[in-house]
Amino acid sequence: MAERKILLDSTLDSVEVAETEVLGAAREIGFHEDDLHQLGMAVRESMVNAVVHGNRYNARKKVHLSVTKAADRLTIVIADEGDGFDPNAVPDPLAEGNLLRQSGRGLLLIRAFVDEFQVLPGQPRGTEVRMVKYLAKAS
Amino acid sequence: MSVKITNRQVGDVTVVDATGRITLGEGASVFRDMIRDLATKGNKKILINLSDVSYIDSSGIGEMVSSFTTVTNHGGQLKLLGLTKRVKDLLQITKLYTVFEVFEDESSAIRSFA
Repeated sequence: MAERKILLDSTLDSVEVAETEVLGAAREIGFHEDDLHQLGMAVRESMVNAVVHGNRYNARKKVHLSVTKAADRLTIVIADEGDGFDPNAVPDPLAEGNLLRQSGRGLLLIRAFVDEFQVLPGQPRGTEVRMVKYLAKAS
Repeated sequence: MSVKITNRQVGDVTVVDATGRITLGEGASVFRDMIRDLATKGNKKILINLSDVSYIDSSGIGEMVSSFTTVTNHGGQLKLLGLTKRVKDLLQITKLYTVFEVFEDESSAIRSFA
């Protein structure tokens, strides 16, 4: 398995950098266009969470991106250096009373677009998001 | 490419043509500003044409929902036209199909405001 690690600034430009990096790796494995779109979206949403909500654009804090290629899957880990958060505390965006909320749909979309998704406490701090997309399960 | 937004009048319906990507940052804010401006100027019938929008992220979806609320609060209606399969999928996943009226062709959408 080939792993590539990149340290990114807490800026929106880093969202583009991460998406480009992940999609490049996904193309090499052989993911098709619809799956690339889904992967790109999951990465963008995770990166926005890390930059905006985790590191709060703090120039002293970094986002850690890891992309691991295997023959049948791509594993992406995105970790921030923020204060951490509890994904269970995010209001259910599908609840009737929450449908018109402006925000809170990022995690829902990530879960919909990858095969495995975990939110873990970062080490030593922050939040670590781990996503896996399988080639075999891809449409 | 970020989003490019123009508007035109078809009868008493304001059609907003969006092209590009509606994402966090400039894309979403341009979209928000345009719809708020239309609503505060008294446009009550707004149709957003998304047929040339290639990508919307959760921030873009949030701006669409916020725009819907803004227009509704001003006593108007906001409807959607020409969703790509990917945008349709997003509305399915987020259950926003239950919120927005969505049309495939413009003439049907225009007539629906009558």
